[in-house]
Amino acid sequence: MEKTNTRTAWERMMLIRDKTRPTIRDYLPLIFEDFYELHGDRGVGDDGAILGGIGRLCGRPVTIIAEVKGRDIEENKASNFAMPHPEGYRKALRLARQAEKFHRPVICFIDTPGAFCGIEAEERGQGEAIAKNIAEFMSLRTPVISIVLGEGGSGGALALGVCDNLAMLENALYSVISPRGAASILWKDAAREQEACEVLHITAEDMVEFGVAEAIILESDTDAVNDLDKISENMKEYLVKIVAEKSEKDIDLLLKERYTKFRKIGVFSETY
Amino acid sequence: MLEDLFKTVTKRFNGDDPEPTVPMFKCPRCAATITQQKLAELGKVCPSCQYHARLTAAERISITADTGSFTELNKELCSKDPLEFPGYAQKIADLQQKTGMKDAVVTGVCTIKGSKTVLIVMDSNFMMASMGSVVGEKITRAFEYAAENKLPVVAFTASGGARMQEGIISLMQMAKTSAAVQKHNEAGQLYITVMTDPTTGGVTASFASLGDIIIAEPKVLIGFAGRRVIEGTIKQHLPNDFQLAEFQLEHGYVDMIVRRKKMRSVLSHLLKLHGYNAAPNKQEVRIDGKN
Repeated sequence: MEKTNTRTAWERMMLIRDKTRPTIRDYLPLIFEDFYELHGDRGVGDDGAILGGIGRLCGRPVTIIAEVKGRDIEENKASNFAMPHPEGYRKALRLARQAEKFHRPVICFIDTPGAFCGIEAEERGQGEAIAKNIAEFMSLRTPVISIVLGEGGSGGALALGVCDNLAMLENALYSVISPRGAASILWKDAAREQEACEVLHITAEDMVEFGVAEAIILESDTDAVNDLDKISENMKEYLVKIVAEKSEKDIDLLLKERYTKFRKIGVFSETY
Repeated sequence: MLEDLFKTVTKRFNGDDPEPTVPMFKCPRCAATITQQKLAELGKVCPSCQYHARLTAAERISITADTGSFTELNKELCSKDPLEFPGYAQKIADLQQKTGMKDAVVTGVCTIKGSKTVLIVMDSNFMMASMGSVVGEKITRAFEYAAENKLPVVAFTASGGARMQEGIISLMQMAKTSAAVQKHNEAGQLYITVMTDPTTGGVTASFASLGDIIIAEPKVLIGFAGRRVIEGTIKQHLPNDFQLAEFQLEHGYVDMIVRRKKMRSVLSHLLKLHGYNAAPNKQEVRIDGKN
């Protein structure tokens, strides 16, 4: 990396929660051409928290699946503040299977506080939906690339995070639990969220260190934040390169490497 | 989910409740109160509502496997506190002392009425069986072993979810275990999940929900999000039967509900239906005669 991001996890949290932070709807037209949105899980409905469709990346057909943050209250209502229901994950899986059929790489954009916690989500099997995505993406016979745009919240993020390469935008975060949730458990004080942000190790650099992410995508050459054009340009450059690289690879080898990527994550001792 | 776990663990450690002279059990489902001794005599099943209370891994193995048939795998795996998370190393040390286990899951090979199977048993007494590196690794190895040796897997699940103290590494155990289930699946082998109290969070959202057949014990809690989290979101009280095994059966996420005393025989039948027969003349007979 040419520059070092000196922001704390908390500062990054503030930055990605800011309403000027671009969302997938901003990035989409700057990265892809000929985009067609496809709707529905063919079961119970169409979940606005997940946007899916087909388009081209520098001419190459790809499938795009993304968690959608709203830019205003109307959009946020439509996208349920980027908290998917089971049918959202099932839509994602349907489109991923379709991509596999037509040998299109799948590009996932993660940007969610977490999977939605509610009665209908439980009735329709939120746990099963996430589990199924994780397992099926693991054996999807086409390249899968994921990018965390802002918040990568727990299982709701992982459901789009089983991939060959994971990249983090430089200010994006990825966490097993919301720092707020962690604070209320640890210190019985949700207000100590800021402290929890640091102990959880959730930054892009942490993800690379733990082997969870392969790359960090810079958001700017300077300290400028939320620069839509620059972020889009950098994401596109990364995607073009990595999609070409993964597409050339023998699919069985790719699947083996995908398995190994997750297989080796874990820290334990073993003494006999 | 994790919140529940912490409350429970903290409460237990602080000893907030004064110790009654006779240890009592209050059923979390129907509030019936009986002595712990009576509960144990009843196989830890509430006599009024049939709630199947939590067992230790050792208790579960003793009522599931043929006597003397269980051989543990990867017993020595031990957590390493990768984030140097406040209080975690001490908590692990205390629980190891208290439970005699290294972490929250026991895995191994056994026979069930003669049919050889890989057994996975989670134990909620150890940090509410949250899934960190050790739990994830042992489960993954169990599935890989079963895939290689063409064996079925029976997994008794119980968990509060991911293990916060191991951060993102804990989340990745969901992917790792699910990948191993997928590998076992591709090897054409049977995987039976038995959901016990409580099966929630990241475990529900990974390997637990991937069984070819999913069994649940009566009245156990099964779900993704914690009850209080949902109540906080919707600002209303949830019905008492929300997220119980019966609710999951009704909504199509569980194949059958099986009582503890029938479990061994149901598992044995299912294993044999899939061709995992007892080796001839080698059918294990339990010393206590309860086959």
